[in-house]
Order: sequence, then C-alpha cells, then structure tokens
Amino acid sequence: MAKITMRQAISQALWEEMERDPQVFIMGQEVGVWGGTYAVTKGFYDHFGAERVRDTPISEAVIIGSAIGAAMTGTRPVAELMTINFAFSAMDHIVNQAAKMHYMFNGQMVLPLVIRTVGGGGRQLGATHSQTPDAIFAHFPGLKVVAPGTPADAKGLLKAAIRSNDPIMFIEHATLYQVRGEVPDGDYIVPIGKSTVQRHGDHVTIVTYSKMLELSLKAADELAKDGIEAEIVDLRTLRPLDIEPVIESFKKTNRAVIVEEGWKSFGVGAEISAQIYEQAFDYVDAPIKRVAQKEVPLPYNRDLEQMALPQVDDIIKAVKEVL
Amino acid sequence: MEKSEHLNLYQQMVVIRILEERAAELYQQGKIGGFLHLYIGQEAVSTGLISARKPQDRVITAYRDHGVAINCGLSAKEVMSELLGKATGVSGGKGGSMHLADVNKNFWGGHAIVGAHLPIAAGLALGDVYQKQDGVTICMFGDGATNIGYFHEAMNLSKVWKLPVLWVCENNQYGMGTTVERASAVSEIRQKADGYAMKNDNVDGMDIMKVREKALEMIEEIRSGSGPQFLEINTYRFRGHSMGDPERYRQQEEIRKWQENDPIGIYRKYLVKEKIASEEELNQEDKKANEILEEAVYFAESSPEPDSEELFKNIYVEEGR
Repeated sequence: MAKITMRQAISQALWEEMERDPQVFIMGQEVGVWGGTYAVTKGFYDHFGAERVRDTPISEAVIIGSAIGAAMTGTRPVAELMTINFAFSAMDHIVNQAAKMHYMFNGQMVLPLVIRTVGGGGRQLGATHSQTPDAIFAHFPGLKVVAPGTPADAKGLLKAAIRSNDPIMFIEHATLYQVRGEVPDGDYIVPIGKSTVQRHGDHVTIVTYSKMLELSLKAADELAKDGIEAEIVDLRTLRPLDIEPVIESFKKTNRAVIVEEGWKSFGVGAEISAQIYEQAFDYVDAPIKRVAQKEVPLPYNRDLEQMALPQVDDIIKAVKEVL
Repeated sequence: MEKSEHLNLYQQMVVIRILEERAAELYQQGKIGGFLHLYIGQEAVSTGLISARKPQDRVITAYRDHGVAINCGLSAKEVMSELLGKATGVSGGKGGSMHLADVNKNFWGGHAIVGAHLPIAAGLALGDVYQKQDGVTICMFGDGATNIGYFHEAMNLSKVWKLPVLWVCENNQYGMGTTVERASAVSEIRQKADGYAMKNDNVDGMDIMKVREKALEMIEEIRSGSGPQFLEINTYRFRGHSMGDPERYRQQEEIRKWQENDPIGIYRKYLVKEKIASEEELNQEDKKANEILEEAVYFAESSPEPDSEELFKNIYVEEGR
C-alpha cells in the first residue's frame, strides 16, 4: 500500500491493465505524444506504442463511435473524452448507440468499452467547460456510470471497468487529480455497482460521491467538533445504483443530506431522496435536504463561481437543518 | 461465375422483392408495427455488393436493412419473424425492422440513426486492424447520411488511420422526401470523398453485374492496403421512404421511368441473353422464392411472442439495472 495521487492511481490502473491484456488500448485527443491533457497517460506512448495509445482528431462522435465498433469486434478500448462537456458532441453514440446495442440486438453485440472522462467545476473555465452532468448519463439503462471519490476507488473501479463487458462512463473529477490516498499495489479491484460507507456516524446520513465526498468529509470533521456524527455513504457508481447502504444508514439516522456538485433539478439528489421516501418513509424524522450547484451556468469570475458551487459550509448548514 | 451462383443471386433478389411486398401487406394488416422501410428497387445494390465479400468481411448498414440481411445469409423466416416482433426473430423481437443483425454471419446491423453507424463502421475496421485480421468493412448508407457530421468525422478518421472500409453510398435520389440537390452541396455524392483524398467511383445500381464487378475490384484493393475507398451507387426506391410516406415530392412519371429499369428485370434479361439460364429456369427460381416467403410468413405468424421475462434480459452483460 502506497500513498499516491488520484492521477497516479488512475494511471497505474491503465498501465497494469494494458500490461495484462493486449486487447486493451487507449484512444482519444492528446493521449499519446502529449501524454494526456491531465498527464494521466504520460509515458504510455513510448512504452506501448502508437497502435495502443492512439491520438485521435478532435472528433468526439467518431472517437466514441469507433470505440464502440472496435469493442464489438472483441478489443477493449478505453476511449478518452478530454472533458465531459465534450461528451455532448458524442451524445448520440453514448446514449443512443453504446447504451442500446446489447439489448436492441438481443445480446448479440457485446461492448467492453470504457469512456474515460473528466468533469467538475472550480477552475474558472467558464460555463461550457465546468459542468457536472453525471445524472444525465445515469438516466439511460444500458450504460453504467462510475465516479470515484478516492484514489483507491479510482484504481479499483477503473480496473473493474476495463475488465467489464458493458459500456461504462468513467467520470473523474478535474480537481481531485492531486488528492493523495492509500492505494493497494497491484491487482486491486473494486466492484462496479457497490456503494460504500466512508465514515460511520449515528446522527445523520450524508449521501454523496466524487469531489463532493471530499467536502462532505471536511464538513463531517467540523460537525464532529459539535458532537454531531455524520455517516457518509459514497455512491461510487450512479448506475446501476446500489441504494441498500443508503437505506440501511437512513434507517439508523432517520435524517439525510444529499450532496452533489451538479444542479439540483432532476439530479442525483432528487433520485436518492425519492428512493429514500419510497423505501423508508416510516423512518423519516425530517425533510431530506439537498446540497447542489446553484441553478446557473457556471460563471468565469472566481468568486461568482465559488458562490455557485456547493461549499463545506452549505453541507454543515444543511445537516444542522435536518437535525 | 458459375451458373449456380447466378441463380443464387437472382433468387436472393426475388426473395427480397417478395419479402418486401409481403411485409407491406402485413404492415397494412397491422401485424408489423413501427416504421417499415422497403428495399424494393434497390435489390441489385446490396445483392451485387455483398456477393463480392469474403466471409471475413463485415457488413453494416442503415435502417433499410431487410435486403442486406437476406444477402448476408439470414433466413427469410428469422427476418420476417423479427418484423412481426416474434421471439424467433433475429433480434428476439427487440429490434424490429430497423435493427436486424447476425454477428455470426458478419452482419453488424441495421442502424436507425442516420449516419451514426459510420463511426461504428470505422471502429469495426479498427478492430480488424488492431487484431491483425484482413477483413474489409462494407458500410452502406443513403445519400441523406452524407450531410450529417458523423459522415465527415468517419471519412476523415478512416483516411487518417488508413482503415479498411468500403464506404458505399446508396444514392436513391431522396433523403426521405428531399432531393439530393435540395440537401447536398454537391449533387454527385462521390465528390465528398475527394475532400478526404479518398479514392472513389460510381456505378449503376440497377445492374447487379456492374455493382458486383466494381465491388470486387475495390474490396480487393482495400484488402491489399489501399486504405478506405468510396463507392457511390445510383439507385431508386420504387416505394416511399417508409410506409407512412404520402409521396407528395415526386411524380408517378418519374417512378414509372425508373421502374422500366427494374433491377430484377435487367438481371433476368442478362441471364437469358448470355444463355446462362432459360426463362423457364428463372420462373422456377421465382416459384422457389414464393415458397420461401410462404413458409417464412407462416413461420413468423405462428411463432410465439417473446416471453415477458425477456423484458429485463440483455440490458447488460453483467448484472445490474
């Protein structure tokens, strides 16, 4: 076990899987000669060569479309979309092709495909480059959506995704790459579709994932100073959603705050709170609170952007309101 | 070409024609739902084209796919069953008319979003290149598909990566009800391939022998490493875009003129003139094709509906909803 960054953990998972299975290859913009715009694939091109680390034109539809086709022939492409905002240019191929193919042809098409991409705000990139549209992708049956919040999960989930025979959106967060954490060496797999409790507590359940896990943990530390012990459930996979640990925790605490970076309307929090009300209504002691992005396109100005994004204080405030 | 091979191709064309006519009837009786796009008039295109492929060559097409399926070796029974949404259909009744496929016969589907299967075709070819296989991917699409971005992204990537794809534009003169001239900056579609420095050609799609000859030549060049090539095949659909087409955009006179060029009639004349087959022998083939469709319709109509348990099957390979 070593303490490494999220970037190193993801890089390690990719490297190990490419060493393990010659059918695994990477394709995307600037993944090769450049070494990846977030430096995740630095050194890959020299080691694995141009056939396995394929630089593509700036053509998102054909990046995902051709990765789908290549996956259908039995290879295992990891197609990178430089940011999730660019996924909209490949939307048809993600939701209308990748998500449908296996079902529509009655199991004939098998797509061992990973779409690696990066979302999130907070870097003053303006409205078109800062979105967290994870819930949109989680809407579609046929697609799996994974979004890790710790380096260990990033490594274990990415390795699981590469070995999976289903199409998977693997959503990283741009401001988590430098975060450090203990990551098991070698073959470490975290199963897709399993939520996990990241912090134990009896007073309130915080349901979150990805970058918001970091903020939720900070909020929990602050709350602990006031004697409030929050239990944090990290979803890790949005589809298929593992709601059990959420329900189990809620039945213990009877109060919940859901924290997501995306917009509140029609979002992850809406889904989770609905499921809690559906499955544990008799355990509800206070209305469930949602902490999410303000309903605006993210502005460039640093202060305005931070005002729009969820903050640790917002989580603390929401927890105190449900108690 | 052997006589038996000629008769086989002739029969395929007639099977497609009758299958489409029967499908139209069943659609009108409400036994086929959704959309139904008929291939009548275009039979020589896919029959000629696919007769030129080797078993390792992949075929992928758009939603006008019944004929292509037959040419790829799918039985009329399983095609008709899919049209009726039955459990015995090629896609178990989950795909319907626009989503026929049989990967074991290297037929990678009918795809229903215009142009979206072109990037996928590039990927099928990429898979062959990556796995060092010598297959050529034959990707068919209509003239309408050449106006969407996917077309251009796929053309470009296939050329940059030298992917073994034969891009085949079936120019049937209309994208739904809009003529090529009203929708495309160039009326000769093959000119678009010039923009990607891609070798291209065109051929008369009403004459199966011309289509076959051209396809053989191009497929073998691609297999030998030429990179992708582009073939425009001029053809005409005798029926509307789909069964719901009011056909306000074209005159009966135009349709009649093309029908005089019936691809089955042209092939028939050729076979008789070249003394490859007699009228009588060809009538026998027509009869056989009729029987095949009688059986197929009976099979499809008497097949069971999919089990309700099928609803949640094959969403994923691995568990989950």
